[in-house]
Amino acid sequence: MTSTASQLATALAVLYALTLAWVPHSQAQSALVTDISSHLVSVTSDFTGTELLLFGAINVDDEGPNRGDVLVVVRGPEEDVVVRRKDRVAGIWVNTEAVEFARVPSFYALASNRPVEEIAPPDVLNRLRIGPSRLRFRAAEPEQMSLPFEEAIVRQKSRANLYSDQETAVYFLGDTLFRTTIVIPANVPVGDYIAEFYLFKDGELLGAQSSPLFIKKSGLGRRIYDFAYDYPALYGIAAIIVALFAGWLASAIFRKD
Amino acid sequence: MTVYLPIAEISVNLFLILGMGGAIGLLSGMFGVGGGFLMTPLLIFIGIPPAVAVATEANQITAASVSGVLAHWRRGNVDFKMGTILLVGGILGSILGTWIFTVLKAMGQVDLLISLSYVIFLGIIGSLMFIESVNAMIKSRKGSVARKKLHQHYWIHGLPFKMRFRKSKLYISALMPLSIGALVGILSAIMGVGGGFVMVPAMIYLLGMPTSVVIGTSLFQIIFVTANVTLLHAINTQTVDVMLALLLMSSSVVGAQIGTRFGTKLRGEQLRSLLALLVLIVCVKLAFDLVITPDDLYSLGEGGQ
Repeated sequence: MTSTASQLATALAVLYALTLAWVPHSQAQSALVTDISSHLVSVTSDFTGTELLLFGAINVDDEGPNRGDVLVVVRGPEEDVVVRRKDRVAGIWVNTEAVEFARVPSFYALASNRPVEEIAPPDVLNRLRIGPSRLRFRAAEPEQMSLPFEEAIVRQKSRANLYSDQETAVYFLGDTLFRTTIVIPANVPVGDYIAEFYLFKDGELLGAQSSPLFIKKSGLGRRIYDFAYDYPALYGIAAIIVALFAGWLASAIFRKD
Repeated sequence: MTVYLPIAEISVNLFLILGMGGAIGLLSGMFGVGGGFLMTPLLIFIGIPPAVAVATEANQITAASVSGVLAHWRRGNVDFKMGTILLVGGILGSILGTWIFTVLKAMGQVDLLISLSYVIFLGIIGSLMFIESVNAMIKSRKGSVARKKLHQHYWIHGLPFKMRFRKSKLYISALMPLSIGALVGILSAIMGVGGGFVMVPAMIYLLGMPTSVVIGTSLFQIIFVTANVTLLHAINTQTVDVMLALLLMSSSVVGAQIGTRFGTKLRGEQLRSLLALLVLIVCVKLAFDLVITPDDLYSLGEGGQ
């Protein structure tokens, strides 16, 4: 499954980041201790969104006013996305060109204590894919003109509150404790998420941590969804039986004679 | 209070959905129409994905038609033989319709297909109804009532495979109801409608069926065709949202009962001209959305199809 592959890729990226961090600063063994208020978000039939609290402590030996910078990223499961562009054909707007992208994060939220460009140099940000504009989507068939389509993904996802970039949302409590909240909207895609924490100091990555986060449909909605996708024919028949029964019931209740 | 729709995958306001079901039910009770052709565009307007709106509405129409057909059946107003021929056509048409729907969904053109079908059909039906009702109003004011023949004879009465329909007092080719049924089946699959607004005039004017059995017989056909559409969409596109369908069913039956009582107090021609105006408003709104420049020319869809 792509979700396992993506998790593996993210785990590798974090591992890579950690090794980078460890070489020059091997003395800072646990530079970062982190957790999330809840590792499981249940999307029930009355789900209207929620807020996750992500918090932790940094362990920086150096004295001085610069205690380091913290970046928090929450990524959703990856999916294949088709971006279509409308053109005017015979007076009406019709989807014409389409570009397919593989492994687009369905959700991406970034929070940092100050603008990320001030925290780390561009090449590091690009390598770690920090920020919606640095996600670098891969077109299924490489095309030269795919840039406006890539920008459309970020724009549309941002409009749906699925991509966000809050540059001053990480708050420090004293010198070591930090916290941030990430809004999980009502339309959040379900699946296996990952929360990543990065600690930078003077543009260098000192530490990174990641923890899993599961967003699951639960309750009646979950059962209906699973039923519809696992047993489509039975689901269809059940929908018809429900309709027949509802129709008969209505006629029985409102029968005049 | 919001409710999460598991297949549409969005949260909607519970009272908005119930209110819409009630309002459309009221109209369908008043005018004696199914209401699918108004409900599906409304669902699209509030943000339900068009494919889900169509498939779910088909499911709801099954329920509405059952309660309607039971009342007509008790009065003996259903021509089962005619209904069965219409139904065979309807099943074939709905298979073809869902196939077209599935193919165009994969191509990213299904929303356009739905909107264009609505603009064309609502435009034609709305205009015809409006002209007819205005003419009827003028006639009733003059007080002259034109006497009609029982039914007229056209080239269609020369078609082969003639069958006798006792209840409808007809001896016509089975090809006629078969093709009307097929057309309605296609419309049902693509537009999420019962198709009564096409079938009822066709049965009266093309087949020459007596008005008393037309409604019951068309409802009989609609039950099975919309049930088939529900099943095919559930299998092919997984777009039937039973949660949404249940909410719409429960509120529309109540609305329909109130509407029926209202409808008997209003004059027929006025009622029809009002309905025609409503149909034309929905048509213009849909046409307008096709023509104005969208906020964003780009849209996202599911990949890997």
